[in-house]
Amino acid sequence: MKIMICPVNGPRNIAEFAWGGEVKPDVDPVTCTDQDWTDHLFLEANIAGIVTEWWLHTPTNTWFIARRNTLTDEILETMTLDAYYTREGAISA
Amino acid sequence: MPFALLKYATRSAFKGDHAAERHFRLSPDLKPTYDVVIIGAGGHGLAAAYYLATRHGITNIAVLDKGWLAGGNTARNTTIVRANYLTPEGVAFYKESVDLFRSLSNELDINVMYTERGHFTLAHTDAAMNTARWRAEVNKHMGVSSEVIGPDDVKRICPTINVSDDVHYPIMGALYHPPGAIARHDAMAWGYAKEAARHGVEIHTQTGVNRILIENGRAVGVETNRGTIHAGRVLQAVAGSSSVVANMAGLKLPIRTIPLQACVSEPVKPILDQIVVSGSLHVYISQSARGEMVMGGATDAYGLYSTRSTLDFKESLMAHMLELFPFMGELKVLRQWAGMADMTPDFSPVMGLTPIENFFIDAGWGTWGFKATPVSGLRMAECVATGRQPDLLKPFALDRFGSFDLVGEKGAASVGH
Repeated sequence: MKIMICPVNGPRNIAEFAWGGEVKPDVDPVTCTDQDWTDHLFLEANIAGIVTEWWLHTPTNTWFIARRNTLTDEILETMTLDAYYTREGAISA
Repeated sequence: MPFALLKYATRSAFKGDHAAERHFRLSPDLKPTYDVVIIGAGGHGLAAAYYLATRHGITNIAVLDKGWLAGGNTARNTTIVRANYLTPEGVAFYKESVDLFRSLSNELDINVMYTERGHFTLAHTDAAMNTARWRAEVNKHMGVSSEVIGPDDVKRICPTINVSDDVHYPIMGALYHPPGAIARHDAMAWGYAKEAARHGVEIHTQTGVNRILIENGRAVGVETNRGTIHAGRVLQAVAGSSSVVANMAGLKLPIRTIPLQACVSEPVKPILDQIVVSGSLHVYISQSARGEMVMGGATDAYGLYSTRSTLDFKESLMAHMLELFPFMGELKVLRQWAGMADMTPDFSPVMGLTPIENFFIDAGWGTWGFKATPVSGLRMAECVATGRQPDLLKPFALDRFGSFDLVGEKGAASVGH
């Protein structure tokens, strides 16, 4: 059984989590072009290596951020949204 | 020991008289320039090379592969061929592939063991029955044999299957697609490689591409671990690593790389003629010509560039498989493996022209690539040769996402994802 550490609920079976895909920079739907918007919706960096992603602990509906290595299947780090935004210094509305 | 045997031993050791004929010539040195460079020596890339050589007279082609011939998803799929898709665009495309498969052994002069078995998509819910009816109507309209049948007919055609109500998800009916087939996946690659090479195509394995050379918005060559080569046109036909290769050309794709796992049982006598798929139960199964039960399920729960296998996959697969086929409880798993699948948002491929001139893409093949090997080879060859998007490929163009013109095939994916 693979274990993921939920930053709120602690170590849990990976089967309790849902993958939310890569964290993408926000685009402003009011000012961006149509192309920017569809690119934001559909295009993926799909990096082979270390990625920053959205994850959900489904039983408690807790969204959080994880850093993962997609080549080695290692979970490097998980953090709450507060911790992530504090570190990034970027709070998006 | 009979002396007669020695004759053969010494002959093959010293002269090679009895050595099997190679499927294709080794091409030791890279030339400085090719008309077309194809990245990826899997089924799709080799098929494109073959059709470029035979249909368009372009033979100065190098097919490059970082690994060995057809070692990616060509070797890792579960070899199912069918045309019972959901959208008219998808059905027309896969129907052409089935038509090509039927004459492929003759065309390539190699037995690809194409065998029409009949294909069931089982339905266990009202929603799945609705999708089955929808697919049947689209299929019939497009000239593809498909019909919705009830549990009694499922049992009549496939006596091995358990249609009892005493299971978690009783079978309510099925979409039955008589032309559903399996084929020998390796033979496809060997056949295309052999015939392409016979027409002058060079195949270079152990040749990884590190950069795609672009000048003024047009592709002009590639940089490999064996040196730089110039190319009139470049086609990327890799699976799993499509985003990585496209990124070398500065392109971002609507693709997530997610593993798809599969396994086979120990071989047993023929007991299952048909191909059986259940989208709701996330399983599919067929019996190979040598008796192994070939099984797979849904893609993994998260993205990964890895071909590792997990116990979770096998546990969830078997839980449902044993309800459908209780006799499977007697069988051991013999081999397991995974492939890296290019998953697109609409479960359709990304094919054809790109914003970069002379750079073409054949990607997004998710869990549906093997069955499209002949048609994608044929049509991508046309695309590369003419520089225009063939009509059949227009719905699958990379720029469809910019106009929300998606080709939603999730309802016809082998299993729910």
